[in-house]
Formats: sequence, C-alpha cells, structure tokens
Amino acid sequence: MNIPIEYYIWLSAVLFSIGVLGVLYRRNAIIIFACIELMLNAVNLLMVAFSSKLHDANGQVFVFFIMAVAAAEVAVGLAILVMMYRKTKSVDIDILNRLKG
Amino acid sequence: MTLYLFYFLSFVAIFSALLVVFSKNPVYSVLYLIITFFAIAGHYVLLDAQFLAAVHVIVYAGAIMVLFLYVIMLLNLNTDSEPHKSNLVKITAVVCAGLMMVVLVGTLRGASQVAPLEAQNIGLVKNLGKVLFTEFLLPFEISSILLLAAMVGVVMVGKLDHKNNN
Repeated sequence: MNIPIEYYIWLSAVLFSIGVLGVLYRRNAIIIFACIELMLNAVNLLMVAFSSKLHDANGQVFVFFIMAVAAAEVAVGLAILVMMYRKTKSVDIDILNRLKG
Repeated sequence: MTLYLFYFLSFVAIFSALLVVFSKNPVYSVLYLIITFFAIAGHYVLLDAQFLAAVHVIVYAGAIMVLFLYVIMLLNLNTDSEPHKSNLVKITAVVCAGLMMVVLVGTLRGASQVAPLEAQNIGLVKNLGKVLFTEFLLPFEISSILLLAAMVGVVMVGKLDHKNNN
C-alpha cells in the first residue's frame, strides 16, 4: 500500500463536492437521493483509506453502520417519493416543497 | 502499477459521478452511479478492505441501485418529464460546490501526518467480525432496530396512501 493518503483525501473531497453539486444543480428528487448516496460513499472511502493507513479496524466497522443507515434512508425516502408522486404527479422538488397531505 | 490502477479507478469514479449530475435522463444517471460504485469497490480492494468491497457491491450496486431503477421505471420518468432549473441557479450551484471543494481540501491538507501501527490484515472477515461483535455489539443491535423501523415505516407510508384513496 504505497499510495499517499492525500490522494484519497483529494478524491473523496472531489466526490463529495460532486454530490453537493448534484443536490444543488438538479431538481429531480430521485437524482438528489442518488447524489446523497454519492456523498455518503465519498465519506466511506475516506474512512476506509484512513482505517487502512492506520491499521485500525474501527473505521471499517463504521462504514458498515453507514451502509445500514443509507439502506434504511433510501428505502424510506423512495417510498415517500412514490407516495408524493401519486398525489402531485411530479418529482420536481420545487413542487414538493410543502409537507402537507 | 498500484498507482496507475488508483489513477484509472479515480478517473472512472469522478467522470461517471459528473455524468450522474449532468446526464438528462434519470435512468442514465442511475446507471452511471452504478459505475461509480464499482470504481469505489475497486478502491476498497486497493486499500486491503476486501470484505467491505464485497459488501459494497452487494448492498449498493445490488440492492440500492435496483431500488432506484425500480422507482424511476415505476414512475416512468424520462427526459421529457425532467424538470429544469434556470441558468443562474445552475451557475450558483457550480460556484458553491467549487467553494465547498476548496474548503474541504484546505481543511484536510495537513492530515497526512499519521503514525501507522504494526501491519495486519484488518480488512478480512475474521478481524472485522471480532471488532464488530465485541466492541460495537450495542450499535450493531441498534442498527437492526433501525432497519426494522425503516421497514415498518415504509409499509405504513404505503398503507396510509391506500386508505386515503379509497
């Protein structure tokens, strides 16, 4: 393992920023969810990089928990989105701006 | 050799991540996201986290992406129904994300002074399982409750809508 840790820091920062860009840039709520997944993955990658560099397994265990939370979040979020789509016939977040029934 | 592999995987990850944001069709966005996830799994293998790479492919490229594609195809979204933001908002978004990246890189630049301990194969299942089921047993059990709550919540959301429509 001879890759410097800075390379992984830069890669994670770029991927996280692309995720932020996607959340700000797109209006489709599903793509915004996908970009949140991208941000979570950037953080996971950095955590695995540090864990591997420091020879400490705790970082990789945290990645498990992040994956579990991400799976739960996507399931609930997409279910809410499908219900919203049935009411408003749109996934545009400018229309989905009020949390009323 | 390892460095070239790193550059290749990084290029694939960043390029397909940009295509996730900029492709017009939501289905293509999600398919490019799968490529990004596979590149990140390759990075995990490079970092000696083989078990995590396998779990990543199964959970993300398998389960979550199927969920995304299923929802997009269920709602029948394509390029025609894709909403668009104005150019001013898009330029602002690009500027904000660029500033975000500058701040992140600036903050994390001094993080390279890490002192590694003695080398051992921490990425293998045996070692990770030992840590997970001794040190992190309580969070592990709580995460099972979280997944159960998410499942019940999804069923409740579906049920509520069904009741209102009838």
